[in-house]
Amino acid sequence: MGYITEGIIKAFELLISRDAETYSAILTTLKVSTYAMTASLALGIPLGFFLGFLDFRGKKLLRTIVNTLLAFPTVLIGLLVYALLSQRGPLGQYGLLFTLPGVAIGQTILALPIVIALTATAVESLDRQLRITLLALGANRYQLLCTCIWEARYGILTAAVTAYGRVLTEVGISLMVGGNIKWHTRTITTAIALETSKGEFAMGIALGLVLLLIAFVVNFSLMYLRQRS
Amino acid sequence: MNTKKVLLLCFWALLALFLADLGLAEKKVLRMATTTSTDNTGLLDYLAPIFKKDTGIELQWIAVGTGKALKLGQNCDVDILMVHAPSAEKAFIKAGYGINRREIMYNDFIIVGPPDDPAGIKGMSATEALRKIANQKAIFVSRGDHSGTHKKEETLWKTAGIDPNKLDKEPWYIQTGQGMLATLNVASEKRGYTLTDRGTFIKYEATLKGKPILVILVEGDKIIRNQYSVIEINPEHCPNVKNDLARTFSDWITSPKIQQAIANFRLMGKQLFIPNAKTK
Repeated sequence: MGYITEGIIKAFELLISRDAETYSAILTTLKVSTYAMTASLALGIPLGFFLGFLDFRGKKLLRTIVNTLLAFPTVLIGLLVYALLSQRGPLGQYGLLFTLPGVAIGQTILALPIVIALTATAVESLDRQLRITLLALGANRYQLLCTCIWEARYGILTAAVTAYGRVLTEVGISLMVGGNIKWHTRTITTAIALETSKGEFAMGIALGLVLLLIAFVVNFSLMYLRQRS
Repeated sequence: MNTKKVLLLCFWALLALFLADLGLAEKKVLRMATTTSTDNTGLLDYLAPIFKKDTGIELQWIAVGTGKALKLGQNCDVDILMVHAPSAEKAFIKAGYGINRREIMYNDFIIVGPPDDPAGIKGMSATEALRKIANQKAIFVSRGDHSGTHKKEETLWKTAGIDPNKLDKEPWYIQTGQGMLATLNVASEKRGYTLTDRGTFIKYEATLKGKPILVILVEGDKIIRNQYSVIEINPEHCPNVKNDLARTFSDWITSPKIQQAIANFRLMGKQLFIPNAKTK
């Protein structure tokens, strides 16, 4: 119990005193998760849309595969991306290992199935009449796509928030691909893992609370935007 | 401003940031794989700024067990190693992965355990103590992660006439698979014995603010010296490795000035590492 109260006090101390290491970890976390989210939304929304909107052979199988990928363990993604980016691996020449873009690649792989699966579900649950109505009103393909995505916006927002939560809190990829290098690739979660292994439990709890606070701010802003629109 | 313009602006800003992160690789950065002990004790936090000031090179380190550090070196993902498992290091060099191994400093391993010492090993030699722990089936917590400390522990069991591979199934033998401080914490909770390097143990004492749950029971035995070395990754094996920077580091850390700095590094007033580099 002592650790928890100590941790709560420490969390405020870190934020108020603008502790350089904590702020570096916060900035790194925000940067890398933004890269990963941008990439996974840019790829995932169109793919999810087509998976939900179109009917084709093998659609059920594809959905099952995407749903299975939701259970992809982060350590395994970390290991696979490490094997790809290592100097001995096929993408070794780009020197991406132990850099933030490298971590972002791994996190994109993590977030992509979530965005695809939830976007597909959101699009599927749209009224079937919508498509017919739009076509009857003379919408072209592009307008059809945009309107459907717009109608499914809350479902897509849920997909984004869920994926963001997963990206923000994963530790396996950041540790394996990022290497937990101080001032460079140390994110809040890898810092928590490190502090815990060092027996600095209060510090670990403090960092965890900081992470939750970030998640709260992000979700609160999204909620605000949603109410305004 | 309309939403489209704002979004576009955000996108360009993000792209600029991303490219800046990619560009980091082009700075003068030396990547090192090292053991958890040099990181956990704060030695590298102390040395890296001095290295930057002296040479302009930024030191980035990845702290893992010696086994993984050697693997990262073998895969050409780091430029230099700072590790402490002499026999594994020699095999590494023999395989052609590393060159120019230089000893830089040492401390010693100690066997720690609960103060009431249920197996009664206090003051024994390291091998006698292990044999007694095994006979009494007292709880022993092992790193179990192929780190330098784990390798040392295996050697000690062998010297004591016990096959370390057969210990896995013993209920009193616990493998954590984690770093040294984490393992010390497990030993504290389980009231068990463990083998640790002295540096990390001092850090453990410091974390618990001078009220450690474990105490030193076996120390000063010659067999449990803990030698640290630096090894450059062989540029013939790994053409992309920054061997010039690695050589600079190797020369720098063995220089009299830095050897003295290592001797001056203290935690809770205690010296952690004893420098012993051979001058050229």
